[in-house]
Amino acid sequence: MTTFVELLLSGLSIGSVYALIALGFVIIFKATEVVNFAHASLLLAGGYLTAVLRDDIGFWAALLVGVAGAAAVGALVEFLVIRRYRGHDHSVLAIVTIGVDIVLVTELTRQIGARVMPMGDPWGDRVLTFGSVSIPQTRVAAFVTAALIIGAFLLAFRFTSWGVAMRAVAEHPETAALMGIRLGRVSSSAWAVAGALATVAALFLTVFPTPGLERGTSLVALKAFPAAILGGLDSTTGALVGGLVIGVTQSMAAGYQSDLAFLGRGIGDLAPYLVMLLVLLVRPAGLFGTRELSRV
Amino acid sequence: MSESTTAATTGPAGTAGESGAGSATGRGRRARVRVRPPRRAAARTVAAVAAAGLLLLALPFYLDRFWLQAGLLAMAAAIGAIGLNLLTGATGQLSLGHSFFLAVGAYGYCVLAGDRDGELTGLGLPGWLAVTGAVAMAGAAGGLFSPIAGRLRGAYLGIATLALVFIGQHVLLNAHDLTGGYNGRPVPPLSLFGITFDDTETVVAAVPFQSMEKLWYAGLALLTVCAFFAHGVLRDRPGRALNAIRDHRIAAGVMGVPVARQRAGVFVLSSMYAGLAGVLLALVFQQTVPEYFGIVLALEYLAMIVIGGLGSVSGAVTGAVFVTLLPQILTRYSEALPLVSAPGTGGVAPGEMSRYLYGAAIVAIVLFLPGGLVRLAARRGHTQKDEA
Repeated sequence: MTTFVELLLSGLSIGSVYALIALGFVIIFKATEVVNFAHASLLLAGGYLTAVLRDDIGFWAALLVGVAGAAAVGALVEFLVIRRYRGHDHSVLAIVTIGVDIVLVTELTRQIGARVMPMGDPWGDRVLTFGSVSIPQTRVAAFVTAALIIGAFLLAFRFTSWGVAMRAVAEHPETAALMGIRLGRVSSSAWAVAGALATVAALFLTVFPTPGLERGTSLVALKAFPAAILGGLDSTTGALVGGLVIGVTQSMAAGYQSDLAFLGRGIGDLAPYLVMLLVLLVRPAGLFGTRELSRV
Repeated sequence: MSESTTAATTGPAGTAGESGAGSATGRGRRARVRVRPPRRAAARTVAAVAAAGLLLLALPFYLDRFWLQAGLLAMAAAIGAIGLNLLTGATGQLSLGHSFFLAVGAYGYCVLAGDRDGELTGLGLPGWLAVTGAVAMAGAAGGLFSPIAGRLRGAYLGIATLALVFIGQHVLLNAHDLTGGYNGRPVPPLSLFGITFDDTETVVAAVPFQSMEKLWYAGLALLTVCAFFAHGVLRDRPGRALNAIRDHRIAAGVMGVPVARQRAGVFVLSSMYAGLAGVLLALVFQQTVPEYFGIVLALEYLAMIVIGGLGSVSGAVTGAVFVTLLPQILTRYSEALPLVSAPGTGGVAPGEMSRYLYGAAIVAIVLFLPGGLVRLAARRGHTQKDEA
């Protein structure tokens, strides 16, 4: 039972981190209808900036620079690439983001090299204990931070003029533009927000018990794709639920690996994708995604 | 190339370039531009193709093993890219899982053709049967995925196929008796018609023929057959149906295209192309390792078809040659090139440099040259014709 509770808590915590990534992914999709395969590179960029700068300017300042840096990279990609595309085929734009991702990830992994870069976070490897259940402080911090950020974001999405503009563009870009909403500004702000969220996720993906940021971190970030897809690409609620489902699944599959030995080693890494395929078989638009209707 | 004319006349609505054949009258001025090239130009194209073919046939007598291997990798990639272009380029089904089907082909061949060796399973089938079986297995894998693929579109499909890559990696690393686990398994040399494609030397015209020289001709033959088959598929009824599905699925269905069946069919066909490419890759590498068939490879194939040109055979081949040969050329000439240094010296390694270049090429081509490199060639061809 103790193991189960520990795994559940740690799964929820990782899941909330995936939800941060998936939320950024969904925001970009809603604002620009682009599926952003370069998301992992935004995450890596933010994490790298934080890890590099923390010795010189301290952890919190480094994190701030990392968040701002990834937001800037996101906005820059939107400005230099996405906005220049003249066609109408959004799957071609998805392939363009793959090109962007190849360039950025290659450069960042070259900079990181064989290093494992610790984040220098204030939580370290301390562990909180409630009765017989113990959980690393970083996991608690991840869950609390993610919950706060996501809550703040959803409130902003609902009540600020930025949020209203964003939702209007997602509903109908042309009408929104005629109402005086500047589409370019909305889409670059979506990319910037996604970059910022990804950086926070990068922090919590690379703190204890993980040793630090390394070349493979961008692969970990790929697990947020199934989170976004199984929740439904155009639903913020879906991103949250998807993230939690993926986190708990992964944590359970990895924790009970010895009982699942017949499935082979490393089933924890595969579990998110299997769950996603199962959900897609039943609900092709994800759990909360709107089913596409076409007028003929 | 006769390819380029088709590429140029294939409009955004996917109407294949048949307008010159007789129905041009009712189509106004635009259609008149699309008439077939005059006979002189056609003869020139045939001559160019023949010259290129002769050159390719003669190359093994002059090139060393390094370039032959690079060329063979390009041929294998070209076969795989043609398959992906049928699926993603012509039908608009985004697939990030092509490397999975390549792996099925490569490992399928090893299992079918290999002999039982320790814990490794092998059926020891004759070469032609093993190749056919491996291609059929890849096709079957594509067919098995179609309940999922048939329901999904766009990004959903892309990420679902991404799951295939991870499932593939998991199986390759864990099914030790089939795949040999992390270190992979050796690839049994292919025997066809009494010729064994291994490193035993046969001297032809004073040139020693080893595995690469022999495989070169096998690869060339396979690529030619594959290219002509895909060209036929794209040029005729199935191609128009696929393009119609890409451009407007519902309209295609209303006009009588069996959308679900065509989509499943092209998925299987594309997987079979990938399977064959996998077999050829395995034969060239002589050892299959799981690491190779990862997500990077799947992205490389997408890069090939975007860079070369979506939806055409010549585009796939051009892109495959570009993406495959780029790292090889950079490696070979890394000392002579600025900005590139040998791997491990801290500078930009050739592999990284080529990734920068083709990553940037994807972006640049989609933004500034929609239609890819073949469209560039076609455009030049047209201006020349206009001058003549």
